[in-house]
Amino acid sequence: MTVTASGPLPAEPYDVVIVGAGVVGCAIARRLAHHPALRVALAESRDDVGQGTSKANTAILHTGFDAVPGSLESRLVREGARQLAAYADESGIPVERVGALLVAWDEEQLAALPRLAEKAGRNAYHDTRLIGPADLYAREPHLGPGALGALHVPGESIVCPWTTTLAYATQAVRAGVDLHLNTPVEHAGHHDGVHRLTTPRGPLYARRLVNAAGLHADRLDRSLGLDDFTVAPRRGQLVVHDKFARALVRHILLPVPTARGKGVLVAPTVYGNVLLGPTAEDLDDKDATESTAAGLRALRAQGRRILPALLDEEVTAVYAGLRAATEHDDYRIRAHPAQGCVTVGGIRSTGLTASLAIAEHVTGLLTRTGLDPGAEHPPEPVRMPNLGEAFPRPHQQPERVAADPEYGVLVCHCERVSRGEIRDALAGTVPPRSLEGLRRRTRARSGRCGGFHCGAAVRALFEEARGREEARR
Amino acid sequence: MTRRVDVLVVGAGPAGLVAAARLAAAGARVEVLEREQRAGGVPRHCAHRGFGGPPHALTGPAHARRLTEAAVGAGAEVRTGVTALDWTGPLALATVGPRGAETLAARAVVLATGARERPRAARLVPGTRPDGVYTTGELQQAVHLYGQRIGTRAVVVGAEAVSHAAADTVRAAGAEVVALVTDLPRAPAPAARTLQARLRHRTPVLTGTSVTELLGRGLLSGVRVRHRDGRTATLPCDTVVFTGDFVPDHELARHGALSLDPGTRGPAVDGALRTSRPGVFAAGSVLHAAESAATAGREGAHAARAVRDWLAEGGTGRAHWPTGVPLLASPPLLRIAPNRVTPSDRLPYVLRTAIPLSRPSLYVTQDGRPLHRQRLPLATAVPHRPLTLTPRWTHRVDPAGGPVHVALA
Repeated sequence: MTVTASGPLPAEPYDVVIVGAGVVGCAIARRLAHHPALRVALAESRDDVGQGTSKANTAILHTGFDAVPGSLESRLVREGARQLAAYADESGIPVERVGALLVAWDEEQLAALPRLAEKAGRNAYHDTRLIGPADLYAREPHLGPGALGALHVPGESIVCPWTTTLAYATQAVRAGVDLHLNTPVEHAGHHDGVHRLTTPRGPLYARRLVNAAGLHADRLDRSLGLDDFTVAPRRGQLVVHDKFARALVRHILLPVPTARGKGVLVAPTVYGNVLLGPTAEDLDDKDATESTAAGLRALRAQGRRILPALLDEEVTAVYAGLRAATEHDDYRIRAHPAQGCVTVGGIRSTGLTASLAIAEHVTGLLTRTGLDPGAEHPPEPVRMPNLGEAFPRPHQQPERVAADPEYGVLVCHCERVSRGEIRDALAGTVPPRSLEGLRRRTRARSGRCGGFHCGAAVRALFEEARGREEARR
Repeated sequence: MTRRVDVLVVGAGPAGLVAAARLAAAGARVEVLEREQRAGGVPRHCAHRGFGGPPHALTGPAHARRLTEAAVGAGAEVRTGVTALDWTGPLALATVGPRGAETLAARAVVLATGARERPRAARLVPGTRPDGVYTTGELQQAVHLYGQRIGTRAVVVGAEAVSHAAADTVRAAGAEVVALVTDLPRAPAPAARTLQARLRHRTPVLTGTSVTELLGRGLLSGVRVRHRDGRTATLPCDTVVFTGDFVPDHELARHGALSLDPGTRGPAVDGALRTSRPGVFAAGSVLHAAESAATAGREGAHAARAVRDWLAEGGTGRAHWPTGVPLLASPPLLRIAPNRVTPSDRLPYVLRTAIPLSRPSLYVTQDGRPLHRQRLPLATAVPHRPLTLTPRWTHRVDPAGGPVHVALA
C-alpha cells in the first residue's frame, strides 16, 4: 500500500495516472483497481483526498429528477445514485433517505412545480408528488409562514461526502493504486505515447492520463493542447447549525428554481446538523473559498424565511466551496485518443452522486484510447467508521466498548468522538496529515465548542501519532 | 442495569466539586461525573493567580486540585472520563466511560456543566478557514496543559478580564500580542488591567473596533478590522484568540426538556437553584455564562444546602417543589440569575448590563408594586462585569402574582 506526500516519484511510467483526488478522481482510481494488471497512480495537489469541491458541498445524494433530460449528467446521476446507495450500504457510509420538498413561496414558484414533476418523469424519476400547504406544514411544522405548496421527491437522500471519498481512496490504495499527495501537476507533455507530468516533486510518467482536476481541469487540458471548456468557479457559502436544529426539519427543503435564480436550501446532515446555503457567486479566482459578510447576511435572511427557529441555534461551521461550472449545460467527459487522455470536466454539484457511474463511464472511455485493462478482479470491500447519527457510533455499542475501552473515552464531547476512533483514523490506510483531515475522518472538533474543550487534546493525539510516524521513518 | 446513588453531580468544576464536597460531608452518597480526564473545570487551565478564598493567591490549577481533594476527601466519588449522555428517566442518566455504558439513578441531580466561549464560526466572522484560530479555553489548554506551540503574533478579540488572561497566555508562550480588539466604545476590563496592558506590555487596546475578516490560506496571515468611524486596517498576525462571549453548556438541560431562561439560555432556577424538574438542581456557569469560580463555588455550596433539604423531605415527586414566579431583567440589563423567585430565596442575584451605566440603581417590582430599590456601590457599571442584587426583598414576593421585574431605577 503506497501513499506518499514527499520525496521523488517513481521513474517507471504508470499505465494510468489520474490527476485530482476529489470524489470523482478517487472513484475512478477505485474502479481501475478492479484490474490488477494495471499500474495506477492518483496524483493530488493537496495533502489529502477530497480537499477541493468534494469537501465543501451540500452532501446530498440526488435522484437526478431535475437534470437536463437526455444529458450525460442525467444518465450518470441516475445510475450513480443507485450504485452509491448500494456501495454506501456495503461500506458503512452513512446515508439517510429523508426525501426532499421543493417549497413554493409565491405563485410563480407554485406554477413551476408541475413542470418540474413532468421533467422528473423525463429523467425516469416517477415518484414525485405535488402536495398542498396543509400536507406541507404537517410534514414540516417549523417551516416559516407563507408557503403555498411543494413538490415531494422522496428519493433524495443525505450522505457523508468525506467518508465516500475516503472509502474510494482507501479501497483503491489497498488494491495497489499509488496515491501521491502534495503533487500538483503543473504541466503535462505527451511524447511517444508517454505523458510527462511536471510536479514540484519531479516528473511523473503515464501512458494514459485521466484529467479529474476539477476547478483546474481546463488548465491541464490546455497544456495538452485541448480547448474544450473553461471552468468558471461558482462559490457556494454554507452555514452549519448545531444539533438542536435537527429536530426542526425532516426533509431536504429545496428552493424552486425560477428565472430569478435558484435560492438556497435547508438540509439535515448525516451528522445531525442542519445546513443552510449555498450562495451562488460566479468568480474568477479558483482559490476564493472564503466566506463573506454579504454572503452570510443573505443566507441568514433566507434562512429566517424558510425555517425561522433555525436562526436561534448556534452555528458550528461556516464554509465555502467552489463548483466547477463551465459554459456547457452538461458534464464534459471526453476521450482524446490522440493524446492518450480522458478529461472529466464540468462536474458540478452532482459529482458526488454520480461518482461511481462517472468512474464506470471513464473506464470505458479509457479502453477507447487503446488501454487494455486486463482481467477484472473486484477489490476487497471496505468497512468505514460510521460518522452518521442514524447508525450506532462506537460509544453506543456496549460490546465494542467492553472489547476496547478506548471507544468509551470521549475526547470531543460535542460530537462524541472517542479516543479509539481518533486512534483508528490516525492509523488508517490514508491517514490524515492535518487536524482538518482528522476532523473529516472522525468529526473531532467540528462541534459547537469549536475546540474550546477538546481542541488541545485532539491536537495532542494527532501530534503524538505524527511523531511516532516520523520516528519510524 | 441501573446503579443508584443519592446525588449525581454532572461536572467537576468549582460548582460541582463544592456541592459534592458539602453533600458527601453531610453523609450523602455522591457521585460526580466529569467528562474530561481531570477534575477541576476551567480553573485547570487558568495559570494566573486570583483563585481560592482571600487573599485569592492560588493559581487556577492549584484551586482545581484543592477543590478536587476536598470533594474526594469528604467521600464523594469523582469519576473522570465519564460522559453523561442523556436522561433515561426524570432523575436518571445514561453514561459512558472506559468501563462501558452505565445508567445511574439518583434522588437528586445537580447540573454543573459550565460554559464555553463561542468560537469563530458561531460569531459568523467571515473569511478563510486558516489554522491559528483559538478561543481562550483552547489556547490555555494548548499552552498550559499540553505545552503546544502557538504562533508568534496574536490578535486577541475582546478586552475584558478573560481577554487579558488570554493575552498573558500568549506572552507566556513567548509570542507577541499585536492588540486587544473590542467593539465596545470603552475597554470593559478594570481600568488598571487595561492600563497595564497599554503601558507595561505596550499592547494596544483598540476600542470601537470589530474584526471583519480572517485572512490567509493554510495559516492565518492577518485579520481585517473596522473602526466604528469607518476606517479599516489589516493587523498582520498568525494567531487570533476569540475571548469571552460565553454561552452555557446547556445541552443536558435541553435534552431533559428543562425550562431555560431566555436571558441566560441556561436552565431557569429559583433562589434554591431548583430547575423546572423536581430533584434537579443547577449551579455554576451553566446558569450565567460565565461568572467567577468563586461565584460558582458559592452556588455549589448553596445548591448543596437545597439538595440536603430536598433529600430530608424524602426526595420524591411527592415532596414540595416550589416553582416560583419568573424574575425578569429589563433592558439594558441583559440577564439575571437566579431567574425565578420564591419568598424564601436567600441567594444574591448576579446580573449583567448591555451598556455602561452611570451610578446605577436597581428597582424591583411585581405587578407594578415596588418590592425593593437598591443603589449599586459602583460609579459606573460596565458590560462584561457582574452586578449583584441582594435577595433581602424576596419575602415581599407574592408567589401567586405575576413576574417580578428588575429594572434600572
